[in-house]
Amino acid sequence: MACFTVSLAEAIVVKVVQKRVAKKEKLAEEKHDASVEKPLIPMSTRLGWLTKLLFGGSALLAFEHVWHGEVVPWFPFLTAMNDSADAVEMLQEIGTVGVGMAALVTAVWFVMSKTALYIVGRPELKGSRM
Amino acid sequence: MTLLITVFAAVAVTVKWYNRKNDDMRLGSLALMYWGASLMWFVDAIAEYIELEAEFFAPEAADMLNDSFLGLSVVALGLVIWVVRLLIADPKGVVKKAIGRGTATAEAETGKE
Repeated sequence: MACFTVSLAEAIVVKVVQKRVAKKEKLAEEKHDASVEKPLIPMSTRLGWLTKLLFGGSALLAFEHVWHGEVVPWFPFLTAMNDSADAVEMLQEIGTVGVGMAALVTAVWFVMSKTALYIVGRPELKGSRM
Repeated sequence: MTLLITVFAAVAVTVKWYNRKNDDMRLGSLALMYWGASLMWFVDAIAEYIELEAEFFAPEAADMLNDSFLGLSVVALGLVIWVVRLLIADPKGVVKKAIGRGTATAEAETGKE
């Protein structure tokens, strides 16, 4: 009904955080702060992956909701809002499926992020082939 | 079907991204978009399975057709978003060059007159 809104909200928050982190990283780089160890993959880059997962996913899911007539281009935009019983059901879905979606995407991003750090940090394997 | 089609699109783009020669095409963004949607639809599928149980695996033909059509439309929308972002970012400078050439030609023609 409107499960994508949780991921969309998270995407907006993460985008703001990413901008701030990128600014801090740029400042640290300009200062040539040797005490701060340069990460293998900057945090802003990794947060960028999360925003792409969340924004991309919620955009395609929003399209699915338009397809099914659950999202409309006029106020209140969500057809479930016209009926109180539907609105309750929608809120219930947001709280379960919506939160589940955002949590799964974030968890996958976390694992992906850790794996990427491991891949970049591991020594080169010469001549090894599976 | 929507989930399946999106997963296939995500895998195909990821393989293409892995075999890329450079980052100019920004395939990573497209892959992440499809993976994001696939993960979200996976949660949706689990919720639907909890509700319908075995019936979930035996959809009506009409529903399957509609879902397939939706899946293909979703893939097409993803491609449109990606190509628009690519043209705006213009990492190879192709659009800038083409527009610049057009402007230069128009200016030269105006100069001749």
